[in-house]
Amino acid sequence: MRITCPFCGERELGEFTYLGDAKPVRPAADAGEDAVYDYVYLRDNIAGVMSENWYHGGGCRAWLKVTRNTLTHEISAVEPAAGAGAAKVGA
Amino acid sequence: MMAAAQTHRLTSGGLVDRSAPLSFRFDGQTFSGFKGDTLASALVANGVKLVGRSFKYHRPRGILTAGSEEPNALVELRSGARREPNTKATTAELYEGLEAASQNRWPSLNFDVMSVNQLFAPIFVAGFYYKTFMWPAKFWEAIYEPAIRRAAGLGRAAVASDPDLYDKAWAHCDVVIAGSGPAGLAAALAAGRSGARVILCEEDFVPGGRLLADGGTIDGLPAAEWLARTLAELASLPDVRIMTRTTLFGVYDGGTYGAIERVNDHLPSPPEHEVRQRLWRIVAKRCVVAAGALERPIVFAGNDTPGVMMASAMRSYIGRYAATPAKRIALFTNNEDGWRTVETALGAGLQVAAVIDARAEISPAHRSLASKSGFPVLHGSVSSVDGGKAGVRTLSVSLTGGSRAEVEADGLAVSGGWNPTVGLTSYHRGRPKWRDDIAAFVPDGAPPGMVAAGAANGAFGLGACLREGFEAGAAAARDAGRSGSAGSMPVADDEAYSLTPLWHVAGKGKAFVDQQHDVTASDIELAQREGFESVEHLKRYTTLGMATDQGKTSNVAGLAIMAAVAGRSIPETGTTIYRPPYVPVAIGAFAGHHRDENFHATRLTPSHHWAAEQGAIFVDTGLWKRAQWYPRAGEKDWLESVTREVKAVRSGVGFCDVSTLGKIDVHGPDAGAFLDRVYINTFSNLAVGKARYGLMLREDGFVYDDGTTSRLAEDHYFLTTTTAKAGLVMQHLEFCRQVLFPELDVQLTSVSDQWAQFSIAGPKTRDLLKEIVDPAEDLSNEGFPFMGVREVSLRGGIKARLFRISFSGEMAFEISVPARHGEALVRNLMIAGAPFGVTPYGTETLGVMRIEKGHVAGPELSGTTTAADLGLGKMMSTKKDFIGRVMAGREALVAANRQVVVGIKPTDRARRLRSGAHIIPKGLTPGPDNDQGYITSVCFSPTLDQWIGLALVERGRERIGEIVHAHDPLRGEDYDVELCNPVFYDPDGGRQRG
Repeated sequence: MRITCPFCGERELGEFTYLGDAKPVRPAADAGEDAVYDYVYLRDNIAGVMSENWYHGGGCRAWLKVTRNTLTHEISAVEPAAGAGAAKVGA
Repeated sequence: MMAAAQTHRLTSGGLVDRSAPLSFRFDGQTFSGFKGDTLASALVANGVKLVGRSFKYHRPRGILTAGSEEPNALVELRSGARREPNTKATTAELYEGLEAASQNRWPSLNFDVMSVNQLFAPIFVAGFYYKTFMWPAKFWEAIYEPAIRRAAGLGRAAVASDPDLYDKAWAHCDVVIAGSGPAGLAAALAAGRSGARVILCEEDFVPGGRLLADGGTIDGLPAAEWLARTLAELASLPDVRIMTRTTLFGVYDGGTYGAIERVNDHLPSPPEHEVRQRLWRIVAKRCVVAAGALERPIVFAGNDTPGVMMASAMRSYIGRYAATPAKRIALFTNNEDGWRTVETALGAGLQVAAVIDARAEISPAHRSLASKSGFPVLHGSVSSVDGGKAGVRTLSVSLTGGSRAEVEADGLAVSGGWNPTVGLTSYHRGRPKWRDDIAAFVPDGAPPGMVAAGAANGAFGLGACLREGFEAGAAAARDAGRSGSAGSMPVADDEAYSLTPLWHVAGKGKAFVDQQHDVTASDIELAQREGFESVEHLKRYTTLGMATDQGKTSNVAGLAIMAAVAGRSIPETGTTIYRPPYVPVAIGAFAGHHRDENFHATRLTPSHHWAAEQGAIFVDTGLWKRAQWYPRAGEKDWLESVTREVKAVRSGVGFCDVSTLGKIDVHGPDAGAFLDRVYINTFSNLAVGKARYGLMLREDGFVYDDGTTSRLAEDHYFLTTTTAKAGLVMQHLEFCRQVLFPELDVQLTSVSDQWAQFSIAGPKTRDLLKEIVDPAEDLSNEGFPFMGVREVSLRGGIKARLFRISFSGEMAFEISVPARHGEALVRNLMIAGAPFGVTPYGTETLGVMRIEKGHVAGPELSGTTTAADLGLGKMMSTKKDFIGRVMAGREALVAANRQVVVGIKPTDRARRLRSGAHIIPKGLTPGPDNDQGYITSVCFSPTLDQWIGLALVERGRERIGEIVHAHDPLRGEDYDVELCNPVFYDPDGGRQRG
């Protein structure tokens, strides 16, 4: 599999580490135990298009949001995480 | 020894070099062949028909094919450590001195004791394992399995480790092409002329595919001439690379292809420093599969007799290798293409005994050929072959209409039609589709970027192959963004094919479908009767197609027979899943250079070479080699060395390389706020010039990692991690920064390799440091208090960082210098410290001193402990959110009866402790019900002069002073220990603050 890193270009799978579903959002500090429990443990097992967290540890160390079809492994989009990159946009 | 004459070699023709004779040995007998031969063709040229014994029944077997689909002619190639079992004689290139032995026979190929298995054939039917050896169960391991393994099997693997080197490499191109037959060459021409970067993989050692044996006319030229011209043109194109001896064996996601290049398999052993094989990962925008087709057998009784050969293989031996498998051949065909073998045989001056054609009609041209050449054409089928180990003698023919005939011949060419090579196109769970007109499966789509062309796509004519290949090559180049002209397409006529499907001829005697696994037509019928109708069940019950050839010649015939007995059509029956690799690939090639000491990278600390000079014993910690202890002359074991090192530190001064800790620079206005979110304690309020111990949780509330973090400036922190988690913590912190908290203005930089860091510990630490550090630096308790951090100048001007932190419990500093100065610093510490008896110490002493101080480390940070379990619960801030805060508050994580860290001492002072022992309350029976924890870390404490340890024990801290039982069933030890304060040494911390 190959992932096109927005910073480094197309790179081989071995440079990346998979984390999992990029959908769940870390609950606010006051969201309560149930919300955090859901966030930590409950994951959808998606057969089809899914957005995933990947880490380009063998390259620029950016976290990427990869849109991938888990049935075909087709990657349709790769975006940097909100905080990826060296300089803050607009800073 | 004189080699026997090549009795079955033609005096002219073929692609062998008669000026380069090669001698070789097969089963101890010396033969001679020529350069350009395979082992199989050289055996054919010497009239050798019997080359192996079959897997289950030990039946005599000959050579069936001339390619990598060969099920029978498997040999042990080479000897000693290079002995390679199950090597196909049909693909092994002949070299001077080649040694090969037949397999699965004893004592000799000619007289094989185990061929009595044939007499017991009724018990060796499909599923015989399950049926015959049901009970008693204990007989299975002791008797049945060893006996079967001796009786049934293939070659013997070498016992010694492989002495050869293997390599792995990447290649990138626009178009990768599998196969260099007419379709592959036409594809390469079109793509190459268009300007595409092309890699053409050919598993044979000569490009050309069927052109090499079958000839033909292309662009008005004889095939050989066209081939030479085409290869010259391809060689002139700058970006076309032809890789012979290279099989494209798999396709992976994103246009990545696996190929195995047999770089030096054609030599006795690789030249010095050269690899034997190279595993290629080829990244290509497009792939043209021009892998051709495999001729398929017809299943009839005795079809495994030596001398029965695929018709196309016979053409290859005669046409390409000028070797004659028989003097008087017969052909059994159900299609027009098989007749080409008759033409080739006649051209080589061989006799043709008869053609048995299963079709109702044959072409007028062939009818006149038969009458002109004086051989009969029998309409019907071969129902059995007589011959045995000496090879084919007589054929029984069932004629259309019911009568019978006999044919005398010493070789039988068989053609049941052709199966396109659908492996590559089907490896992503693709299912090929059935085409009635050619009675074969053809690709039905392919993985993205891949297309099949020519015979691999069911286009069997020479003209069609060239056309499809050319068009596919031109399209692939266009798709890859190359716009050059593909030039003119090579043109040839299409031969007639006209096939009448025929899979199985009923008859008396064993009729083999899968010759490598000895699966017969009746095994398939049996499987169907017993309910194993699905092709996946059929495969596993009969082991059809599960041998090293993966059923290349047998799968389609097998499922056609299943379809017939189940009363279904072949497409309804379907195919099993196709999986890579297309040919067996040595594990050594997948490993490449990553074996033995190069299995993974080795990281050396800045003091490594110096420590090696001192005779340090090293321990692997992850990728690192760390000095474990520094033995001195006369010390009898590690314990004596470590005890000396601990005493030296506690009474004087010692140092230890701690550069392996992960080190991360945290920069930015929000650096403090960021650390507050990832640690359970607060760092935003840490004063500049101070260090603080920090503990990190996972989001599920369990402890993740620990370390000290220093504030070097308002917006600059320096964080350390454990050695083991250095990379993972970096990844975790980047996730927190980039994904969870992108609003924070903070940056992380790994500086683990940039700093050499040493712990200097012991009451004389300051005395030593004063010799190293610029005299103007104030190292007094007032000028440099406990947990202080500061940049200092060393004598000579190098800048260093000093951290007044202590893991040993002694007065201690950690000093860090740019990594390139690490070794010089160590050497200077030894010189400057000599008057104070400075002692280098290793990880064992580090561990002893941390246990004496009750500091937790890897064994306690096990991923199942909470901050409170470690006695660090009070560090958890209640004034902020942090990773793991909410989940750490779950009921079970704050339960009163959790196992918590506590110290242990044996009640018998002389007793040695061992970690892993279970803690059981006194008087209760050891067992899961009474298990209250376990010993995590132990050491001999030179300071206390006894063994001590840390343990995780239920409510441990409430039970200080209680005597419990340590139960160690693994080592058979039982003894009592006392639960105690985990801080064994200097509990009020006066020494480290002094």
